Amino acid sequence: MLKLKSVDELKKLREEAQRAFHVRTQTSTRIIIGMGTCGIAAGAREVMHAILKELEQRKIEANVETTSCIGMCVKEPLVDIEQGGVTRVTYGNIKVDMVPRLIEEHLVKGKIVPEWVVGRLGAEGII
Amino acid sequence: MLELALHVLDAMRNSVDAGADRLELSILEDREQDRMMIELTDNGQGMARELAEKVLDPFVTTRKTRHVGLGLPLFAAAAHRCDGDFQVRSAPGEGTRLTAVFRYNHWDRAPLGDMPSSLLAILLAERPVDVLYTHRVGSRQFCFDSSEIRQELGDLPLSLPSVRTWMLKALQEGERGLRDSGGQFLD
Repeated sequence: MLKLKSVDELKKLREEAQRAFHVRTQTSTRIIIGMGTCGIAAGAREVMHAILKELEQRKIEANVETTSCIGMCVKEPLVDIEQGGVTRVTYGNIKVDMVPRLIEEHLVKGKIVPEWVVGRLGAEGII
Repeated sequence: MLELALHVLDAMRNSVDAGADRLELSILEDREQDRMMIELTDNGQGMARELAEKVLDPFVTTRKTRHVGLGLPLFAAAAHRCDGDFQVRSAPGEGTRLTAVFRYNHWDRAPLGDMPSSLLAILLAERPVDVLYTHRVGSRQFCFDSSEIRQELGDLPLSLPSVRTWMLKALQEGERGLRDSGGQFLD
């Protein structure tokens, strides 16, 4: 039987992670991907994969979460980016080849990609 | 859906929406018997008999039961078109068990596909969920229990960047161990 190897590696990861955890939760970026039937059928799992790869390559430490259908199935795959727990931008119809630009513009340059936005939530409500 | 792994992801997502925090997923590939079986058991809220009987009909979906829609009918259709079978067993408060059976060499059977990505997608769900995953191919078996990892991590979440990368690698490595580089059976 094949079993999980490298548990020691995991212990090391834990120690490193614990050190950085507090800082990260204070300044967190959350990326939320819709993973309902509609999202999955539209390629959301591959989009998640592309986002994780892009974050790793660029060494950006953002939280990535999946969630279920939010009712805007025609715009799937939907990707929300939330920063500092205040602003939240929902992007729609995100394909794998759009991911590098999305990460580059939104997370690196801090600029929204207006043509892909389907909704925005700011500190004062919908903006 | 192009892969069975996508149906599985969809079904696991139903479980999470039904309040489950512990899933058991078992995939059995039995070439000798020309049979493939996928079984998912959850500890979610379960369904009343009337609903469990209706979930395979895409047109009885109600908005009150958000975890029911096209997902299960598509999964069931995938099994039925491969001389297979699809069963839903559920009771309120007792969780749900789905069993999908396929004729292994049926022309229409979709490939299993990328299970590591499907599992990671569910382990990154918005609230903590653990999966005990067992994949048996012939005489070889790969087991992955995310609760062991969670225990090791203490109060840290599985979604930490270094941990999610580690889990994906562990899953990919385990799956690779079941087949050779050409995707063929090793046994």
